[in-house]
Amino acid sequence: MTSAVAPAATTGTRPVSEHQRHRRRQGVLGWLFSAPYLVYVAVIFAYPLGFAIYMSLYDYFFTAPGVNVVRPFLGVRNYTRALTDPAVQRAFLNVGEFLLINVPLTVVLSLVLATLLNQVVHARAFLRVSYYLPYLTASVAVVGVWLFLFSGSGLVNQLLGPLAPNPSWLVNERLAMPSIALFVTWKQLGFYILLYLAALQNVGKELYEAAATDGATWWQSFWNVTVPGVRSATVLVLLLSTIVGANLFTEPYLLTGGGGPNGASASPVLVMYQQGIEQGKPGYAAAIGVLLVAFTLIIAWLQNRFGSERG
Amino acid sequence: MRVGTVVRGILLGLGAFAFLFPFYYMVIGSLQREPDQTVAGAFPHPANLTFANYATINDRVNLLGSMANSGIFAGAVIVGTVVFGALAGYALAILAWRGRGAVFALALLVQVVPFQLLMVPLYVMIARNYGLADNYLGIILPFVINSTAVIIFRQYFLQLPRAIFEAARIDGASEWQVLTRVALPLIRPALVTVVLITFIGPWNEFLWPFLVTKRADMQPLAVSLANYISNVANSTANPFGALLAGAVVLAAPVVVLFIAFQRYFVASDLSTGVKE
Repeated sequence: MTSAVAPAATTGTRPVSEHQRHRRRQGVLGWLFSAPYLVYVAVIFAYPLGFAIYMSLYDYFFTAPGVNVVRPFLGVRNYTRALTDPAVQRAFLNVGEFLLINVPLTVVLSLVLATLLNQVVHARAFLRVSYYLPYLTASVAVVGVWLFLFSGSGLVNQLLGPLAPNPSWLVNERLAMPSIALFVTWKQLGFYILLYLAALQNVGKELYEAAATDGATWWQSFWNVTVPGVRSATVLVLLLSTIVGANLFTEPYLLTGGGGPNGASASPVLVMYQQGIEQGKPGYAAAIGVLLVAFTLIIAWLQNRFGSERG
Repeated sequence: MRVGTVVRGILLGLGAFAFLFPFYYMVIGSLQREPDQTVAGAFPHPANLTFANYATINDRVNLLGSMANSGIFAGAVIVGTVVFGALAGYALAILAWRGRGAVFALALLVQVVPFQLLMVPLYVMIARNYGLADNYLGIILPFVINSTAVIIFRQYFLQLPRAIFEAARIDGASEWQVLTRVALPLIRPALVTVVLITFIGPWNEFLWPFLVTKRADMQPLAVSLANYISNVANSTANPFGALLAGAVVLAAPVVVLFIAFQRYFVASDLSTGVKE
């Protein structure tokens, strides 16, 4: 950073106006004040991002610190291996199933609850706090309660009685992933409700009044005024919930005991952890990570395209 | 219209119940002597109440030590974010310099870089190459400046009237003095918001500290509780009781802070990072 500011700092000998000097000083200080943040971004984001791609092209085994070894260059072999690895394919399909349940449920529930919340006067603060609480609480803590609620003899199965699934939710191959999707929907919903609540403040009151004078029902004004009015927020909710879903790790690790049963709830990040860190193949894990980000970007691009077009 | 109001009330009430009940049940479950998962067990029974589960979990994971680790982690991130985040936010909002648009774009971009891609290279760098596994520095480094906070700082600085800064400069104040004596005192609410949202991130964080800490005495509470859930729980007489007691201890600080300071959690702040 210093090389960029040095010329400006040393040319102060020429007679310049007070205004110019002031601007130059600001130029130096701008870089100076941002320098710690820029260093942080370079070290924690930019460099590892490049390192991930580099690593994914090598058989990057671990060595003791400081030891210099030649690591075999693999080209795209990590990628082809990942794409044909049944465990990786399974994990990507699992996260696809997760997104198919979680994303629509999130959009519908958060928009409906935000719209209702926007119309009430009483108890608004209380409702806001209660909706937001799961989002703010550590996953590890709320996972504990869900384990208690959804265990074999847990309260949910007690209430369902003979309708309780067997094997129970989290140890059932068919229900493990939907249970996780439900958990994440519940946990994140408050954030999206607040996002929609902010977007609803920008929907013109006169549109609702016009709808009301035309004799529109609640549903009609919701569908024809609210939904189009918050379209940009909806695209954002789609995007963020997809990113959160692709990042899934804590829930399959704890809720279903490491992606069980039989890998039915393993997520790509969980596979990355197992391959990269537990089994010491970080190059392979990095390749899975790059693939995951690529898939996420494709989905996000499609959402953005179709979400913004229909208007 | 009256029917509509009633339906609305019922739906919102159901929502609140669905969000709050697990928290209530967490507390009830943590106080049960014998785990009672029947419907009646959802109500407190004087005969079945005990604090023993808190003692059990404390034997297994050393609650105080883990909380101290979480506190050190969160505290360091708060200090780093308030100091360096305010500096960067000030530069982005108040100072006129070439490159400020690019730096602002960077702060937004950083928030959509998925951590799952960075996780493996960061682990290799920090835990393997620099030998910072089981080290506070290794836990803290990837979180030390919260980018959302940089953007919140910028937002609040932008809202201050320009004339104040000009007046202070004409009076001969250096830019550092303008920042610390004039600008920062004026944005005290933003400071509270930043401290609160910055606290929650590291306090709740599981994945990263889980990757870089193997020694139990270095683990933050979220990690030691997770290890208890996945390894140790089966060897306890009332595993759910102890687990839920730990969950209450982990959740309580955030819940209490949020309820006490809820007016500082503004949706527009929390979504600024991605909205612009």
